[in-house]
Amino acid sequence: MLNAIWETEGLQTVGIVVLVFASIKLLHLLGLISFSEDSVEDELELSAVRHRPEGLEQLEAQTRFSRKELQILYRGFKNECPSGVVNEETFKDIYSQFFPQGDASTYAHFLFNAFDTDHNGSVSFEDFVMGLSILLRGTVQEKLNWAFNLYDINKDGYITKEEMLDIMKAIYDMMGKCTYPVLKEETPRQHVEVFFQKMDKNKDGVVTIDEFIDCCQNDENIMRSMHLFENVL
Amino acid sequence: MAAGVATWLPFARAAAVGWLPLAKKTMPKPPVDNSSRSDEILYVNVSGVRFQTWKNTLDRYPDTLLGSSEKEFFYNEDTQEYFFDRDPEMFRHILNFYRTGRLHYPRHECIQAFDEELAFFGIVPEIIGDCCMEEYRDRKKENQERLAEDTEANEASDAPLPPHSTSRERLWRAFENPHTSTMALVFYYVTGFFIAVSVIANVVETVPCRPPKGSVKDLPCGEKYQLAFFCMDTACVLIFTFEYLMRLFAAPSRCKFMRSVMSVIDVVAIMPYYIGLVMPENEDVSGAFVTLRVFRVFRIFKFSRHSQGLRILGYTLKSCASELGFLLFSLTMAIIIFATVMFYAEKGTKGSTFTSIPASFWYTIVTMTTLGYGDMVPNTIAGKIFGSICSLSGVLVIALPVPVIVSNFSRIYHQNQRADKMRAQQKVRLARIRMAKKGTANAFLQYKEGRAIGARDSDSTALCVKNRSAFEHQHNHLLHCLEKTTNHEFTDELTYSELCMTESVGFRTSRSTSLSSQQGAQNNSTGCCPRRARRRAAMRLANSTVSVSRGSVQELDTLHIKTTSIPPQTRSSLNAEPGDLKLNCGEQDFTAAIISIPTPPANTPDESLPPSPAPIPGILRNTRATAYTHETVKISSL
Repeated sequence: MLNAIWETEGLQTVGIVVLVFASIKLLHLLGLISFSEDSVEDELELSAVRHRPEGLEQLEAQTRFSRKELQILYRGFKNECPSGVVNEETFKDIYSQFFPQGDASTYAHFLFNAFDTDHNGSVSFEDFVMGLSILLRGTVQEKLNWAFNLYDINKDGYITKEEMLDIMKAIYDMMGKCTYPVLKEETPRQHVEVFFQKMDKNKDGVVTIDEFIDCCQNDENIMRSMHLFENVL
Repeated sequence: MAAGVATWLPFARAAAVGWLPLAKKTMPKPPVDNSSRSDEILYVNVSGVRFQTWKNTLDRYPDTLLGSSEKEFFYNEDTQEYFFDRDPEMFRHILNFYRTGRLHYPRHECIQAFDEELAFFGIVPEIIGDCCMEEYRDRKKENQERLAEDTEANEASDAPLPPHSTSRERLWRAFENPHTSTMALVFYYVTGFFIAVSVIANVVETVPCRPPKGSVKDLPCGEKYQLAFFCMDTACVLIFTFEYLMRLFAAPSRCKFMRSVMSVIDVVAIMPYYIGLVMPENEDVSGAFVTLRVFRVFRIFKFSRHSQGLRILGYTLKSCASELGFLLFSLTMAIIIFATVMFYAEKGTKGSTFTSIPASFWYTIVTMTTLGYGDMVPNTIAGKIFGSICSLSGVLVIALPVPVIVSNFSRIYHQNQRADKMRAQQKVRLARIRMAKKGTANAFLQYKEGRAIGARDSDSTALCVKNRSAFEHQHNHLLHCLEKTTNHEFTDELTYSELCMTESVGFRTSRSTSLSSQQGAQNNSTGCCPRRARRRAAMRLANSTVSVSRGSVQELDTLHIKTTSIPPQTRSSLNAEPGDLKLNCGEQDFTAAIISIPTPPANTPDESLPPSPAPIPGILRNTRATAYTHETVKISSL
């Protein structure tokens, strides 16, 4: 008997509670009540980052490109990135499109860091054009400098074996799975060993910039290949 | 690879410098680039609207027209631009594709026009960007459906059957399109009538009639007039069986027919009767027999052959199957939830009608559909609260899928309306097309006539000839060559039909309006009217020869002639110079008439008219022919 009464009472309470909650939710949904204070500010959208490059004359002075070449470069750049800067995601996307078979994202990450000279997380047109200027029109010394900068991930002036291994793995990742001969696990490591044997003159386990440049200048093949990409533009 | 990325290729190649110190082998030589590197602006003129773009922009997609050397075909040396005679509005979108790498579909354009432009410029429609792809796909599907419908409507139209159809095909056609023949129409209405009779009989059977003498209880009419109802039922079933067997015989694919919905309905409608005949009057099975009678009501579905609206409704329900399924599912869920809650809410009260959860189902359904019979009512407060929530949610759950069903129905209904409208306009369209065809045929026959006249009098033809374009000249010449090739000549329907008739009659008639047959007409015509024959030959523009020769054989028939170009044929007008030809060539508004004049009465108009050639006889003025109009004129002999 008592149980029966409690059952009905209990159900009544449950019913009333449900009703109250439902009405509150409904009012909230209709926008009549708001629980948090900072809901309206979310309406404002952050405007897109816009970046305008330095003037054409300045860039002409700073890089080794002619006016026309700069114009062509900028038009292409602006077409792809209307906001004027490239962020890492876009960079990775673009670079990955050239290497459909493998995964180019890691190497693109290192490349991005190499281009992003002021380390602000985005590559502006100036960075882009400076980098290209070195790579395409620079002296061999400058190119080697740039390459060293690329390999030196933490930018401390030394290339350690770990850094080299990361770079090597990233490069081999771009090849993908379907290679001939089949890629083995230790191939990057072996390659790093070969590189260090060649470059590390004093066998201290790191390669400094001078060792690197010296070694490369003594290597016929490398010197010859430095002029390969000069007429890319 | 997206062509936009092509602009980054130099960068990627430059970045390859980073691999050089690590290379195991020597690098390959770079490709030699002979093409000029300088970027230039190209001018593209599309129907007068000049577009300018960089050459590099167009080179991004080398497998399209603009990106490949194919555009050189359109290069105009004088103006130093590429000229395309296409729609400039559409070209805007195509050029934007080159610029941005994304193809957009303009919503206000016709989908076929857009497709044609894409095909011309060598762009595959699959490149359309995600933003517009859905719209494009929808429109394309709609268009294809419409085309399929149109071809279907054309095929199923009332066009005359191919002459060599078997009786079976004809029968099937009569069943599917009752408008084709009167017999079919009669049969259609008779079956409709019998369906109605059968259904009404089923209904009236159960109405209580006055009891027969000596009984108190009311009897349903079915049992009182058992014999009458039985006879009516038999008649209806006989008709239905006959119809079904005929359809089965005529169907082009019997298996497909037997599986179709309508045939299943037919079978279900007539089976109970036969089963009832076969079954004995046994008490045990009579229960089952009574159940079978229920299936007789399916005869009402046979009306769907007669009613377009029913078919639309059925089709709509079929196409909204998923929405209906969702509705059912959500309703079931809600019913179970609320039934459970109500049962437990009302469990305590004495004498509550909510005896079990399935019993509460009934309450829930009645409440959610807002019926509210009132046979089950909650008494507790909790029960009342949940009951009200139940009715509110019921309204919402049912109202949600209904608009989808409604919009589906509306779409299908409008499609049907369109098909009907098209069929109605079809006749007018066909007539117009036929007229246009006649026009071109007549132009040719007229040309031949003109040539014939020209052989006699070059002066008059000069004017006529000027009125025709170079295209017409060349076209006519082509047809003439074909005539010479096959040694047959073009003629018109009228002449041809009369030819067939007269060939059977045995008269030698001139067949066409060529010079040779003109001679023949002259020779064949009766000697008493040589001048008329000559005049006819001179004035003949088209279609007239048979009637002429008819007249020449002195028939006094009234001729119904679909006139195309008909000259007047009176004796007096024989004297009219070919100068009248000029009039015929230029004017377009003569009413057509052909007057077939047998010899004896022709004398009267001859005498009343001045013999001078120049003025056209007044009596004939309103009957003068140009016959560039196509009116059927009834002609009586003068």
